[in-house]
Amino acid sequence: MSSEWPLWEVFIRGQHGLNHRHVGSLHAPDAEMAIHHARDVYTRRNEGVSIWVVRSADIVASAPSKKGPLFDPANSKVYRHPTFFDIPDEVGHM
Amino acid sequence: MAGHAVQTAPLVELALRMGDNCLILGHRNSEWCGHSPALEEDIALANMALDLIGQTQLWLGLAAEAEGRGRSADDLAYLRDVPAFRNLLLVEQPNGDFGRTIMRQFLFDSWHLPMLRALQGASDERVAEIAEKASKEVAYHLERSGDLVIRLGDGTEESHRRMQAALDLLWSYAGEMFAGDARDAEIAAAGLAPEPDSLRPVWRSHVEAVLAEATLAVPQNDYAQKGGKSGRHSEHLGFILAEMQFLQRAYPGAAW
Repeated sequence: MSSEWPLWEVFIRGQHGLNHRHVGSLHAPDAEMAIHHARDVYTRRNEGVSIWVVRSADIVASAPSKKGPLFDPANSKVYRHPTFFDIPDEVGHM
Repeated sequence: MAGHAVQTAPLVELALRMGDNCLILGHRNSEWCGHSPALEEDIALANMALDLIGQTQLWLGLAAEAEGRGRSADDLAYLRDVPAFRNLLLVEQPNGDFGRTIMRQFLFDSWHLPMLRALQGASDERVAEIAEKASKEVAYHLERSGDLVIRLGDGTEESHRRMQAALDLLWSYAGEMFAGDARDAEIAAAGLAPEPDSLRPVWRSHVEAVLAEATLAVPQNDYAQKGGKSGRHSEHLGFILAEMQFLQRAYPGAAW
């Protein structure tokens, strides 16, 4: 039966977290039941205060085969990290 | 233990009736574990079973404390025999197919939630506290079971047929929730719970609204099967207890 239901990706906002995080996926016939299922499957141990679900088919992903051109160029750009500033002493711990 | 003329106090009787409903329905739902039609529904049913067993601990814990006979909630769950159980006949009915399990849950939840809301005003603080905690869980149970009744009733030809059959089969067990007996009158007189019949209108209007949306026909026969609340059970409860109590009966006092 569940093989006929579309797949949904589940995002949960944790008690203390700021962002919704991807926690997994599940099957459901529509959005309302996807929320119910997400509540039952992914928040059993008090993990969340908010749930997002989105149909997996609606997620657009980068192609693994384009990994080289997409990500390799960022490897050698150390100057993009904010590590070249002198922090004044009065700022203290950052 | 059973069959004696020992009259329990109204508070004990109420706690047993509430707790035994939760225990037996929780056990019935747990029988689905690993057998549900979809993994997500399997977990949802197991969650609900665990909610109900958690509520059982509270109610039977209160019953044990209030009766003051040195028994624990576990003793009440595992060491009483059929005639001492106070649950409704509805909750001990076999699971049948998934649709019947959901219909049984829906008919029960539709009573359970208004009952718990009423119990929040009970004259005993412990009753009110348990009712408040449980009503949050049960509000979700009702949302879920009502949603599934609508989806399956107004679903395919086959799911509609199965839901109507489940409703027709279980309808005669719903009336017991509203049929007051002498003990109910004592419980109400003590300010612990409303008279059962007073919950019927709100139950009826909610159930009829959901069934209408589910395109299911309300059965016209209002004959009510009764007896569970006073310990006269169907043949099914003995089999439930045989499985549920086996370990404590075979290995008394076993713990892990």
